[in-house]
Amino acid sequence: MSKYLRKAKPPRVGDAPAVRRSLIAFVLLVGAVLILAPLVVIFVQAFSQGFSTFARTIAQPDTRHAIFMTVATALIAVPINTAFGIAAAWAITKFDFPGKRLLTVVIEIPFSISPIVAGVAYLFVYGLQGVFGPALQAADIKILFALPGIVLASMFVTAPFVARELIPLMQAQGRDLEEAATSLGASGWRTFFSVTLPNIRWAMLYGVVLCNARVMGEFGAVSVVSGNIRGQTNTLPLHVELLYHDYQTVGAFAAASILTALALVTIVAKVILEHQGAGRAGRPMLAGPAVEAKETHQ
Amino acid sequence: MKITLDTVVKTFDTFRAVHGVSLEIESGELIALLGPSGSGKTTILRMVAGLEYADSGSILFGDKDATDIPVRDRGVGFVFQHYALFPHMTVAENIAFGMKVSKRKRSREEIATRVTELLALVRLEGLGDRFPTQISGGQRQRVALARALAVDPRVLLLDEPFGALDANVRRDLRRWLREIHDQLGITTLFVTHDQEEALDLADRVVILEQGRIVQEGTPEEVCRRPNSPFVTKFLGDAHRLVGPVTSGSARVAGGTVAVPSLPDGQAEIFVRPADLSWGEGDIPAEVTRVIDRPDGRRVVVRLEDGTTLELDMPPETRIEKGDRQTLRVRRAHAFPLA
Repeated sequence: MSKYLRKAKPPRVGDAPAVRRSLIAFVLLVGAVLILAPLVVIFVQAFSQGFSTFARTIAQPDTRHAIFMTVATALIAVPINTAFGIAAAWAITKFDFPGKRLLTVVIEIPFSISPIVAGVAYLFVYGLQGVFGPALQAADIKILFALPGIVLASMFVTAPFVARELIPLMQAQGRDLEEAATSLGASGWRTFFSVTLPNIRWAMLYGVVLCNARVMGEFGAVSVVSGNIRGQTNTLPLHVELLYHDYQTVGAFAAASILTALALVTIVAKVILEHQGAGRAGRPMLAGPAVEAKETHQ
Repeated sequence: MKITLDTVVKTFDTFRAVHGVSLEIESGELIALLGPSGSGKTTILRMVAGLEYADSGSILFGDKDATDIPVRDRGVGFVFQHYALFPHMTVAENIAFGMKVSKRKRSREEIATRVTELLALVRLEGLGDRFPTQISGGQRQRVALARALAVDPRVLLLDEPFGALDANVRRDLRRWLREIHDQLGITTLFVTHDQEEALDLADRVVILEQGRIVQEGTPEEVCRRPNSPFVTKFLGDAHRLVGPVTSGSARVAGGTVAVPSLPDGQAEIFVRPADLSWGEGDIPAEVTRVIDRPDGRRVVVRLEDGTTLELDMPPETRIEKGDRQTLRVRRAHAFPLA
């Protein structure tokens, strides 16, 4: 009887089973309609006229070049922003200096500014009528309507990603570990690579993944500074839009599917890395629960 | 290594944490810096370590001015309050870290041998492969100590070393730290807010209040001859009585207390629970509560003027709430009131 009663009782924490089930169902449904369905549509449309059409579209020089541009931008922008993010997070969390608050705010600015505004701003800084424009032209350095401009605009938009992931974590970790390492005789670099970095690597990796995804997908800022020159300065997102406006639906979806695949590769890479890292030598995850051992002290 | 602090000052923003502290620590001594939070004790420790720079004054290691030597070159072993063990390294790797990063190159075998030695010293044989999250608080404390000792420091500095541990582990570790100190003879400075810990462990206790040294001496000296009301109260349970003194006797709460060394005038008198006798003397009192403890009975009494005192009695004493008797103050620390 007590068994029966216990079954009928609602859980001590949380809501009744009915509430729980409908909540889960709601989330699954919305997730499927909002996120999963469009993803499926992209691949279905891309392959709607058979694989050969898909392959032919992808093999177009313009599309290939767009893929190259996107990957090249990511390969340049992501490492630089990662280094910037780590440096900024380190400076903010481990040192006291005047202007620290300001720096924290400045790092956040790209989050709140529309990317297109950033693009226009770059136009005025590096453009022909801009601040550095004439000097750059005189030196024959091409920034706008070329890869450097695209990289710069992408970097502006994604500057906060790594720092934002690291700052809360490093704040919570405090300076004790670094002080301990230094008091044991470690140099600044040694402390960073042996103590700081291993303790922030998962947050950093997550920041890198977010940053990479955003760099590859960035449209607004890049569309302003790239000039949309087909086969020269088009990145994949710009190319997708271009094909779509040309009524090349299959082409647009094929290019979009490549972009999606790149994003999926990033996420899979992250999962694999995490898995390997967590499994290596049985090291406990830092966020994992502490296993309290029995006190064996005599 | 003898350590000398000469009028060391440290200010954080506008807060003066340490006011001109001068202190000499003899080679091989075990010193406790004792004070309430905010008394500047940790700041002093961190300045000796080189984790903070002094604004003025100097810190000497032996005869050498160490004020501007950065922490990594100072040769100090620092044990942090929360141990600061590297969570991604095993116990053995934590202990080996200082030797690996040292400017003095050691072979892999040399390091391994030393780690085994240290694990034995801190009685953690066989736990070298565990991670810090897999051992108990007391064990982490000992790993932190082994890690600090691994680099053969000239000075050992400990910041609230037992603060985060429970009472029994704390007492054991205290005795054990004393043994290690006697065995290694390394100059040791530790910070605590726990007077029992300081008196139990240290050769000499330095008591701080608001960034100044108010008294220093052996545990016996500071316990028997506290030089101020602050030190008297801080070192242990003490109740305060106030009254006028005439020819070596103070009138308090309807009775008298003998204060032979005090001049005439107002005085404050501190009495500890063990300094009072029930059923003697001439201070009328009424029992308001009896608290039983394993080693005796703590009796709370109220005096005529409303002051509350506590006294300790043997466990077999028969006494209960409402009993009235007189009290005698057998011993007291008295200070003239300015």
